Amino acid sequence: MKDYKGGRGVGRGASAPDEASAVREHGAQKSRQTNEVQSYLSHHRKVAQESIQRLRQSPLITLMTWAVIGIALSLPTGFTVILSNFDQLGANWESSAQVSLFLKHEISEADARALAQTLKRHPMVADVAVITREQALADLKKQSDLGDVLGYLDSNPLPHVVVLTPTPASANSRSMASLRQSLENLNEVDRVQLDMLWVERLFAMISVIERGAWTLSLLFGLAVLLVIGNTTRLAIENRREEIVVVKLVGGTNAFVRRPFLYTGLWYGLGGGLVAALLVTVTLFWLSGPIDVLAQSYESGFRLSGLTFGSTLLLLSVSMLLGWLGAWLAVRRHLDAIEPT
Amino acid sequence: MILFDQVSKRYPQGHEALRRVSFHIERGDMVFLTGHSGAGKSTLLKLMMLMERPSQGQITVGGQNLNRIPSRQIPYFRRHVGVVFQNHQLLFDRSVFDNVALPLEIAGVAPREIGRRVRAALDKVGLLRKEKMTPIQLSGGEQQRVGIARAVVNKPPLLLADEPTGNLDPELSSDIMRLFEQFNQVGVTVMIASHDLALIANLRHRVLRLHEGAMYEGSMYEGQLGSKPPVTSLKQPTNRGRSE
Ligand SMILES: Nc1ncnc2c1ncn2[C@@H]1O[C@H](COP(=O)(O)OP(=O)(O)OP(=O)(O)O)[C@@H](O)[C@H]1O
Ligand SMILES: [Mg+2]
Repeated sequence: MKDYKGGRGVGRGASAPDEASAVREHGAQKSRQTNEVQSYLSHHRKVAQESIQRLRQSPLITLMTWAVIGIALSLPTGFTVILSNFDQLGANWESSAQVSLFLKHEISEADARALAQTLKRHPMVADVAVITREQALADLKKQSDLGDVLGYLDSNPLPHVVVLTPTPASANSRSMASLRQSLENLNEVDRVQLDMLWVERLFAMISVIERGAWTLSLLFGLAVLLVIGNTTRLAIENRREEIVVVKLVGGTNAFVRRPFLYTGLWYGLGGGLVAALLVTVTLFWLSGPIDVLAQSYESGFRLSGLTFGSTLLLLSVSMLLGWLGAWLAVRRHLDAIEPT
Repeated sequence: MILFDQVSKRYPQGHEALRRVSFHIERGDMVFLTGHSGAGKSTLLKLMMLMERPSQGQITVGGQNLNRIPSRQIPYFRRHVGVVFQNHQLLFDRSVFDNVALPLEIAGVAPREIGRRVRAALDKVGLLRKEKMTPIQLSGGEQQRVGIARAVVNKPPLLLADEPTGNLDPELSSDIMRLFEQFNQVGVTVMIASHDLALIANLRHRVLRLHEGAMYEGSMYEGQLGSKPPVTSLKQPTNRGRSE
């Protein structure tokens, strides 16, 4: 009988003086390694199946856990879907953006029209219009009560204005900012004004909502961790005896943890599916009235639901949360169970 | 195989369960450990499989100093020690087969190999036909034999048993003991804690006696407790070995 120093190697002594047996030993080791990998994988498969079996043995608890996780995840998921719809809407609204160039006073109308011609060739510009100072004054007189006052002016204080409509592709805040910069550098231009204020306000609001959604996601993610952690803790309590026996006959902590981690994974997967279902059903329910609304605005907007990619992301995140929740519980409660 | 050198164990709130215990068991020996209830028999076995750590002294098992085994290595060490527990520690929600297969599964033995070895072990304890039953459906003696099959299925070089005949009738008890002798005959070192003095006397193996945590050596049929001086040092050789 060999001494069993160093953990795993009882009787695996490498006492092979001749080369032939050394080679034999090497070959044996190799096949032993593939065997070990195989049995490791088959063990994982077995544990995964057994943990599903266990979930089926207590269907009520399983379904309730899935429901709780699903509801918790559906809120941030729903928010994210709604926000991505906002983005789509926002893109429509941005195309209504305009840029007004207030030219310097000394610039003549001819120069203004020449500038407009030049700008029309700019790749980010879709359309150009010139509003002469006379036109502007007339508009102002018409629109406001200042008409009388303005009549007393002996000269027109207004400059010529060139109004640009950006191409749809460049109708976003970043391109607009760079366009504005280059326009401000023009000699003829006194001041540049982006008529995007309301769009920008909308976006500011959306980013507030976005942050709120992130906070919600974090909080609900935490809630999922707690739910799964608690469920796992109870499962560990129920299987305390088994854990003790497994440890007594040489089970490592990793071996003991494995079924609980798989269970967490399945809880996460089920919860994710419930969340996807809840969000899809809710969006379907909302899509009718939203279509009516969109038609009344003569907008082609359609509410878009969970895409395949985002469903996959949702499921990955929920499985990760399930695994992590189980891992945290296992770390806290399971490694502490030692046979006495 | 087993070497205790001045080993003491004091439980956190309790008194000293073992006091300066020293002894040596050769490879291939079969030894009984006896003593009154609370003498420290279970404690001694627990120390040997690292369920407890000694407060003092050195324990060497299979050439390995147990004090030097870090916690995370304990599982690997335990795979080389077969243990039969006082309360058999079987899993009642699994079949007999699965109970016996557990150590092999843990050690990562291939499934086909597991089937072969589990049946061999069950055959050895005469339970081959009951592999599909759960332990609840078995009698006390049969449960104990499942525990033995599980302890030997890994072919450990050392087999420890804590009261393996605890509540069995005399006939069953001697059956179980014969089983242990069979394992011993194929080279397994066996140590059995038991207070069944009559049974031990019949079997005529080396006997270690614990009394209030101190160790005395002597076979039961040689005399009463305390007739020998306590074995406290390895310097006094005790090469009694097997008495046959
Ligand atoms: N976990 C523990 N904590 C505190 N004291 C303990 C613990 N385990 C055992 N003891 C004490 O150590 C002493 C020896 O106990 P041990 O279980 O080793 O006795 P034993 O010889 O196996 O007895 P029995 O024949 O009844 O099983 C006893 O006095 C017991 O109260
Ligand atoms: Mg005991």
